[in-house]
Amino acid sequence: MSDHDYATLVREDRVHTSLYRDAAIFDEEMDRIFKNTWVWVAHESDVPVKNSFKTSWVGREPVIVTRDREMKVNVLLNRCRHRAASVCEKKKGKASVFVCPYHGWSYDPDGTLRKVPHAAGYPEDFDKNEFPLIALRTEIYNGMIFATFSQDIEPLFDFLGAARKWMDLFMKQGAGYGVKTLGEHRFRFPGNWKIQLENTTDAYHFPIVHKTFLDSLDAETENVFDVLGQGGWVEDLGNGHSVMVMIPDLIDLDDNLDAPIPDRFADLAQELRDEGHDDATVRKVVRAVGGAGFNLNLFPNVACSMAFFRVLRPVTVEETEITHVAIGMDGGPAAGNRERLRLHEHFQGPMGFGTPDDAEGWERVQRGAAAGGDLWIMLNRGVEAPEGVAAPGHNAGDVSAETGMRAAYQQWKRMMTA
Amino acid sequence: MSEVLEMTNTITLAQATEFIWAEADLLDRLDYRPWLKLWTETGRYIIPTERDPADYAEVLNIVYDNQTMREARAKRLLSGFSMSSAPPARTVRTVSRFVVTASGEDFVELRAAQMLAEYKYGHMRFLPADLRYRIVRAPGGALLLDEKIVTLVNAEDYQFGIGYLL
Repeated sequence: MSDHDYATLVREDRVHTSLYRDAAIFDEEMDRIFKNTWVWVAHESDVPVKNSFKTSWVGREPVIVTRDREMKVNVLLNRCRHRAASVCEKKKGKASVFVCPYHGWSYDPDGTLRKVPHAAGYPEDFDKNEFPLIALRTEIYNGMIFATFSQDIEPLFDFLGAARKWMDLFMKQGAGYGVKTLGEHRFRFPGNWKIQLENTTDAYHFPIVHKTFLDSLDAETENVFDVLGQGGWVEDLGNGHSVMVMIPDLIDLDDNLDAPIPDRFADLAQELRDEGHDDATVRKVVRAVGGAGFNLNLFPNVACSMAFFRVLRPVTVEETEITHVAIGMDGGPAAGNRERLRLHEHFQGPMGFGTPDDAEGWERVQRGAAAGGDLWIMLNRGVEAPEGVAAPGHNAGDVSAETGMRAAYQQWKRMMTA
Repeated sequence: MSEVLEMTNTITLAQATEFIWAEADLLDRLDYRPWLKLWTETGRYIIPTERDPADYAEVLNIVYDNQTMREARAKRLLSGFSMSSAPPARTVRTVSRFVVTASGEDFVELRAAQMLAEYKYGHMRFLPADLRYRIVRAPGGALLLDEKIVTLVNAEDYQFGIGYLL
């Protein structure tokens, strides 16, 4: 398919159904997008100390994220340079060396080939320096680790651009302690990855798909989650990134610390007081415990979504893996982190009160897209954003606008036709 | 005399398996309201994301339900407004390989295996799990669940949406 053909599949207000179904387009996406942009691989707290590691993915390629002896973070292809066996099959842990199980080649956490067994069998000019684990270009912003196969693209800092302000706001839910990952739910749905990408910036579905979640809340909390009724907005942040503000009161978690403590967190507040925390700390922890009032979608594979990280991994054109990473306070009160775990379990994961319904909805999109292959996916929803909320010069719409999806697809189009 | 009394209050394997099979039957029939009554007030229903953590309360689980959450969960699944459970998947499960790990006056703890097949939209999925139960005898004589831990064989790996109870 030519660049011209890709350009015709994305219009200002709609995208073609083949973007969900065409395996050839999927293969091109893996090359033109996932091998050519910053892809999120881990949070710094996943590799907190030297010789800690976590396995992850960049597009379709398995990688190991390591913290080496110099405390530097490396993202390495999980493939022995000898005959390709994977050198690590654990999700995370500590290792001062990665030994290939097949012929025993061993690698340092920075990727250096340390030792080759029975080296006498190689010619004299065999140079270990030629065979390190392949390292990807790796950069970090506010604890978020990204990697890329490309040496040519802009620095991560510039790629994130206007999204950085929202990442900084999001990380305030560490309540002054810093953010730490607490665990993760992984699930798959039989559908294309972009269906999930759209969903993180889709407030329109919330009261419909998540009615049973809303019904499970007390009246005060149900009002907090009236996401369409609080003057929120969706804002295009450039490079395919967008933010959807659903609860404007919870944009800045350092604000309004004098507000009354919500009933649902009264027990937590008391537990914190009983543990001897002062009033300021109690208020800060409680205000941050439910997360921020917005979803920040970072093209192409991660979102800072209210109180967790949502990571997508394309598996095939019709299968996508999602990881919902629970986060909490790094070294903060255990009671606060326990509360965060229980809140996460309430909505997220394969048996949460929200996630299974999202996954079912996405599967239904993929199933429905089997009909009418010539039809278009409509992304034309949106009226003007409330006055003065979005940054000057940014395209924005009301909270249920499909502005964020349009922003992501325009980035898709730029990358697929570059 | 006290030995005899202890013997009579012990929950036998036969009594426990009969109770567990009845529970499994309720779950396959989506009969969640009577299922809610099978629990002690303080009972915990847990589906972990990792095998054998030191303390389930301190880690992320798929399910970590007290009575309030169980009631909310059953209400949600029966409401007809959750698209992952309306229409519901069909499930067939068997529970077997029972091993009593502890027992005493008015309680028994068991390990068991569960084989569950799920069918929806042309997909057949298979969700094997290790089970742990703590079953107690209420003052009136009825058996109640005090703890049920369902550790999927692939607990730490990806799942698909699960719109029913394990």
